[in-house]
Amino acid sequence: MDVFGSFALLLSFVCAVYAFVGGIAAIRTRHPLLVKSTRQAGLATCGLIFLATFSLEYLFFSDNFSVAYVVAHSNHSLSPFYKVAALWSGQEGSLLFWSFLLAVYVFSALIAYRNKNGELMPYVGVVLAGVQIFFLTLNNFVASPFKALGVPGVNGAMNLVARGDGNGLNPLLQYPEMVIHPPNLYSGYTGFTIPFAFALGALLARYPGEKWIHLTRKWTMIAWGFQTAGILLGAHWAYAVLGWGGYWAWDPVENASLLPWLTGTAFLHSVMMQEKRGMMKVWNVWLVFSTFLLCILGTFLTRSGVVSSVHAFASSNIGSWFVGFIVVILLVCLAAYFKNRDYLKSENQLDSIVSRESSFLFNNLILLVSCVAVLSGTLFPVFSEWFTGDRISVGTPFFNKVNIPIGLLLLFLTGVGPLLAWRKTSLDSLKRNFGWPLLMGLVAGATAFPLGVRGFYSLICLILCIFVASTITMEFYRGAKVIRARSGASFLASAVDLTMRNTRRYGGYIVHMGMVLIFIGIAGTAFNRDVQKEMQIGSTMQIGPYSLLLQNIDNKQEKNYTAERMVIEVTRDNKPVMMLYPERRIFPANQASGTMVAIYSTLKQDLYVVYAGQSPDTQAPVIHVYLNPLVKCIWFGGVIVVLGTLVALLPNRRAVLVLSAVQEPTRVKSLAGTLTPSPTLREGHD
Amino acid sequence: MQKRAKFGIGIGVIVLSLGFLAWLGYGESKTYYHTIAELQTLQGASLSHRMRVGGTVEPGSIHRLSGRVDFVLQGEGKLLPVSYVGSEPLPDTFVDKSQALVEGRPAPDGRFVAEHVQAKCASKYEAAPGGTTPPAADGARTSTM
Repeated sequence: MDVFGSFALLLSFVCAVYAFVGGIAAIRTRHPLLVKSTRQAGLATCGLIFLATFSLEYLFFSDNFSVAYVVAHSNHSLSPFYKVAALWSGQEGSLLFWSFLLAVYVFSALIAYRNKNGELMPYVGVVLAGVQIFFLTLNNFVASPFKALGVPGVNGAMNLVARGDGNGLNPLLQYPEMVIHPPNLYSGYTGFTIPFAFALGALLARYPGEKWIHLTRKWTMIAWGFQTAGILLGAHWAYAVLGWGGYWAWDPVENASLLPWLTGTAFLHSVMMQEKRGMMKVWNVWLVFSTFLLCILGTFLTRSGVVSSVHAFASSNIGSWFVGFIVVILLVCLAAYFKNRDYLKSENQLDSIVSRESSFLFNNLILLVSCVAVLSGTLFPVFSEWFTGDRISVGTPFFNKVNIPIGLLLLFLTGVGPLLAWRKTSLDSLKRNFGWPLLMGLVAGATAFPLGVRGFYSLICLILCIFVASTITMEFYRGAKVIRARSGASFLASAVDLTMRNTRRYGGYIVHMGMVLIFIGIAGTAFNRDVQKEMQIGSTMQIGPYSLLLQNIDNKQEKNYTAERMVIEVTRDNKPVMMLYPERRIFPANQASGTMVAIYSTLKQDLYVVYAGQSPDTQAPVIHVYLNPLVKCIWFGGVIVVLGTLVALLPNRRAVLVLSAVQEPTRVKSLAGTLTPSPTLREGHD
Repeated sequence: MQKRAKFGIGIGVIVLSLGFLAWLGYGESKTYYHTIAELQTLQGASLSHRMRVGGTVEPGSIHRLSGRVDFVLQGEGKLLPVSYVGSEPLPDTFVDKSQALVEGRPAPDGRFVAEHVQAKCASKYEAAPGGTTPPAADGARTSTM
């Protein structure tokens, strides 16, 4: 099966090269047969990658310990669930997994547009094949996951050896989230290849209009949704497994996943400027280019060991391949841009500082500043070594100092932006749209202040969260009221109807609502408390309203590990709440150990209990307990964001704009005095 | 033109104030990486920097005392005595011969006072004949956000 897999990979490399070279020839000659055959080659590339991936999974499931990768990441007793995840737990396999997910996207795109956009697709196909060639080169010639274990025999020929059992999977990865977090994140990383290919293809082909933006909107949103889910799942994994009471540490690899998310978010917003007003064309193209480059950079940071990190794979020479690829992509993008930049002329100018356009502009600006800050903070050790000879790193205070105000500014724009009119907004409509929400926010702030919310940022965050949530609720309320007046249906049904009629707009609002919840959860960090204590069996400790009694410490023998387990009874006001079992696990296969945190999670706060180890002095067990308020809001907000993204991906139920009844008078009135409606204010769903 | 100036001022104010915050954060959190050999050649102000030093834990050098853990790091043939004074229990991966990264400041008496210790298990994976697969890093950290 390993020979089958590596042969499939080699063949897919050949197909990708054909799709690339043949594609360029097809663009030059416009020969229909050539166009068709390169598309088929693209499809075949993907099919062969699927085969190779399945054959590696087969090797895991058949416990084939003659393959180096299987030996390194699996053993007999590993549960089937984690045998699936073992695929991406090491360098070689995760690179194959990259190719696999990319192939899923490429395959879908080639099938979806097989009879459409005939002028554009050959270019897109060439770009996609180019990206695939790079990853297939790594899969085939640099980091092959199908290497067999062998020893040189007497005559110099290699003899295959098989091990009796494998080394087992890294215990930190033996957690359910580790099965779904990497696929989500990788689907995000790889997914941005599609908008990149369309943007570069359209630029190369001088493809007219904003067609590429319409075509790629769904792809970008899918990638963005996966990226968001992947980041949050990773945060949840860190929270539940690493046992340090937090979920985000500005670790280089965490940052690497955030970077394309920031530019991707900026892109999702700024495309509306291009769709509606024909502005920011250059900006949009470069946003997609940078998002893709940051995806590759993220993959590079994880693999090269350039910046040390808990997540990073062992350092290897693979980094130079990635640097080379990044340079090539950058050169191609620059060349395409300078050759065809006249095609990206803006059709309009900014009219007013209080307008939808300017809110998008500022949204993009601060997302980009955040991206630059996170990027420079992450790469600071590398650059400081180049320039000063000293390797200097920056830590959490640096990232927090910049990103907290940025987050709050973004939150503010989330509330304000969607309700500002295009071009110019009148004072009247400002009052009507923001009067109540602002009042609600201030009232919430005034209520919270005496209750102990004193920190400047916490208070601002609370006010803004309530403000944004109110503006969004008001939007739903107004729209639903109109529908209800016409149809007589219930309020909830009207709101659903409203959402379905304009999924993009209301899906977007749902995403914003999810982000508000995430902000609330993050703001809770300011009120975290923790206690660390040596315990004896029978002793108790107190944190917040909870009292913890250590009843016993027992041992648990599982198939793949042994665990030392604390049995803790949690009481509140002398009433039993629940039992918690924090564990320390020892994995015999690789002599590694891990913690399993026990969490009692309520909407208000998380009681987070870690069996921290033995005390250095007395060898008594040490318990570390955290009381983290509002953490659940983050995970719940994440679910809402993903749901909102899904809603925004649905087609509109009807093309009638019900909202126009409420919205239009505002806009027309505000525009009427100063301007005549411009033909460049385009039709759209928003 | 006036409109452009307005936007320019808005953008300038945002970028400058964020830049200022970044500079503050940089000053607060910058940490130098040094090898043990470099540390012994440092003089003057650079000795008061916050820094990270990596090395291998000398076998048998870990002494658990009340309130601190003493051990010796070895790197490039040089030795560095370290006192860990942080509150977190040391990671399980912190054992003899493990690779450790300590963060803190050197004390005047030549000891290094560490507030954080990260340890990475000495690789358990013995390179199989012909195989070159490196294992995934299994580091552990004690830092908090």
